[in-house]
Amino acid sequence: MITLNKTLAPMLMASFFVISCSQPAEQTAESTGTAPGPGQSAVVDEISQPNIVQVAIGSKDHTTLVTAVKAAELVDVLSNAGPFTVFAPVNAAFDALPAGTVEELLKPENKGKLQDILQHHVAVAVYKIENFYDGQVLGMVDGNNVTFSVKDGKVMIGDANIVASVPASNGIIHVIDKVILP
Amino acid sequence: MNKKIIGGISLFAVIALALSFWFNGCRPKTTMTALSGDVASKVYVAPGKHDEFYNFVSGGFNGQMGVYGLPSGRLFRIIPVFSVDPTSGYGYSEETKPMLNTSHGFVPWDDLHHPAISTTDGIHDGRWVFGNGNNTPRVARIDLRTFRTAEIIELPNSGGNHSSPFITENTEYVVAGTRFSVPVGDKKDVPIETYKENFKGHISFISVEPKTGRMDIAFQLELPGVNFDLARGGKGPSHDWFFFSCYNSEKAFSLLEVNASQKDKDFIFAVNWKKAEEMAKAGKGVKKKVRYAHNVYDESTHTATSTMKDEVLVLEQKDLSDVVYLIPCPKSPHGCDVNPTGEYIVGSGKLAALIPVFSFQKIQDAIAKGDFEAEYDGLKVIKYESALHGVVEKPGLGPLHTEFDDKGNAYTSFFVSSEIVKWRLSDLQVLDRVPTYYSIGHLCVPGGPTKKPWGKYVIAYNKITKDRYLPTGPELTQSAQLYSIDGDKMQLLLDFPTTGEPHYAEAIPAEMVAKNSLKIFKIEENNHPYVAKGEKEARVVREGNKIHVYMTSIRSHFAPDNIEGVKVGDEVFFHVTNLEQDWDIPHGFVIKGANNAELLIMPGETQTLAWTPKEPGVYPFYCTDFCSALHQEMQGYMRVSPAGSNVPLTFGTGRKDVPAPAN
Repeated sequence: MITLNKTLAPMLMASFFVISCSQPAEQTAESTGTAPGPGQSAVVDEISQPNIVQVAIGSKDHTTLVTAVKAAELVDVLSNAGPFTVFAPVNAAFDALPAGTVEELLKPENKGKLQDILQHHVAVAVYKIENFYDGQVLGMVDGNNVTFSVKDGKVMIGDANIVASVPASNGIIHVIDKVILP
Repeated sequence: MNKKIIGGISLFAVIALALSFWFNGCRPKTTMTALSGDVASKVYVAPGKHDEFYNFVSGGFNGQMGVYGLPSGRLFRIIPVFSVDPTSGYGYSEETKPMLNTSHGFVPWDDLHHPAISTTDGIHDGRWVFGNGNNTPRVARIDLRTFRTAEIIELPNSGGNHSSPFITENTEYVVAGTRFSVPVGDKKDVPIETYKENFKGHISFISVEPKTGRMDIAFQLELPGVNFDLARGGKGPSHDWFFFSCYNSEKAFSLLEVNASQKDKDFIFAVNWKKAEEMAKAGKGVKKKVRYAHNVYDESTHTATSTMKDEVLVLEQKDLSDVVYLIPCPKSPHGCDVNPTGEYIVGSGKLAALIPVFSFQKIQDAIAKGDFEAEYDGLKVIKYESALHGVVEKPGLGPLHTEFDDKGNAYTSFFVSSEIVKWRLSDLQVLDRVPTYYSIGHLCVPGGPTKKPWGKYVIAYNKITKDRYLPTGPELTQSAQLYSIDGDKMQLLLDFPTTGEPHYAEAIPAEMVAKNSLKIFKIEENNHPYVAKGEKEARVVREGNKIHVYMTSIRSHFAPDNIEGVKVGDEVFFHVTNLEQDWDIPHGFVIKGANNAELLIMPGETQTLAWTPKEPGVYPFYCTDFCSALHQEMQGYMRVSPAGSNVPLTFGTGRKDVPAPAN
């Protein structure tokens, strides 16, 4: 009675030889096949409610932020299940930074620094506007805290105003008018 | 003996192959190296890549249907059909319990043997897959948009729905032939030894509404008390006909192992279903008093309903002499398979040393000429030789089932000799044979039972695995084995364990199904009576001793998550709506002490868990599906007070938990 167990060993040995001999065409094909695929942001899904990245990409006021998120390689992270609260500075907020700051941060060698700044704008959990209270201290993803103030129903994160809130499938975006630096 | 030789040869071949590698390892590729290298690459589906085919595999005694990918053999899903499934809450949630209702009450288990993917013009269309409940006779329809059981219909006058759920060319009908003949009507309590007098075999024709798939028993055929085994619908020229194999034409009722194997031949029942349909429409049947359940899942209300029906239209045997003809078929036929052109009907006598192949044209000619050899219970028996196209001589031992490729070849499984044999329909010559490990039952060629086989593979479904895998105590897995059929010779590529016992299976090109797969249920289309379409609608309502919790779940909390004022003696219904509108974000729900199971709620869906607290206390509940980074925070408490307590009914989320400002 023969079983694959018996046949497997010689077959394995055989495959070893095939692999050990250089066969450029096949190996190329194989390595393409096993290359890590794109991340969650590449999922094609026209049906679900858009996630935070998709909402931001759809906003003409957030092109700088989107550029920065891409440069910092945070697109896949923010497409994750989250849930996230993202404080999203508008283009004008980046424009208000000292001249050349954004260009400098977008350089590949400053990726770590850019990631720190962007992660300072993200909290894990969904904080709706009504969840903020005056004097609240919240730890952000970069590891530093921010302090909130609520005056006359207006919510501020540091010295930035929350000017609008947009729900997303994996959390919520609060649009702010200043970049908050760690 | 035969197998040992084959095995010996293949062992020798593989060792020779391996040796040739040692010697030729780094030389230019030979035919041998190409063959061996191919085996792995032919089944390798790279991470993130999709399989080429869906394989819908019956789960047998687990009552479910498995969804595998081919050629990888990866298992994607077990679709709960006839058995409760604590994983999804199927059969445990209030919404799904009615799916398993029958005339015998709630039946939480069955034995699913055969899937049948719906066809249009004889070609797989990928809309539904049907499955049979073998024990408490039922047919289920699974919607391939949701991969969920959408409908189950029970079959009266039946016992053991084995010859099912095979379909006509345009899915006009799903058939259900009873394996056990049983006494029916008002003569049910009869001595078993009055079998010949009182037992009848019924075949049901279940109509399928073309757009919705909704099933209804259009009519039944009352037939002699044989055991119906398997069946296939005609195609093309034989479109109007259906073919049912039977055994036990001896009408034995005890020790069938011996007593149902007495006659040299049993029958294939050739049924002109078009004619039967006309008779039914012309009112020639008799409406009989019966009881059977018809269960339908409504995707809009996310709720199943079970309706008990009390009447079925039966066409009586005495009126069927021009509708049903019998074809003698050797030795207790099992498989009864129709080739892609619809011309040939292959009968597989379990105990036969040959495979008879019948010709539809010859059957028609014989009927026209009155070429009958006898009558059986008033039904005409066509002369065996007059119906016969020819026989495959000495194909193997214990033929069971036959599938077809797109090149005029047939593949028959042999249980006793554990092999698949490839043979040619035109001249009935055996072309190739491969061993299976071990004891194959059904086999499947993608599209094999249709007008358009997709070919490429044949898959063996094996009953016994013995030493094939790591042992797991006395109870071992069953298995599937994938062979390529591209070339002249079948080649074993892969074997993989299956869940439950695989009987029949069908495979369909993946894109025909994948493109229709639903991602979410739209919350605005949720018409569940207890839906909460947003947290603002979340609430708790007392109606006498019934507490209805209109609960929502979204990353990463429930609303409400604190509930007080429930008392011992109350019955609590958690109606949980998953507010997510995001693909692949289910939420689970369970509460301590629940006597049923969890709920697993898809985006936009509402499901209900009933729970009866027996003692005062505070009961935790939580989300069971790792939904998010704060999944572990997704929890809540229900306080239960003694009967008669004055604790008011209160509820909320986020109450009292906002810390005071820092200064």
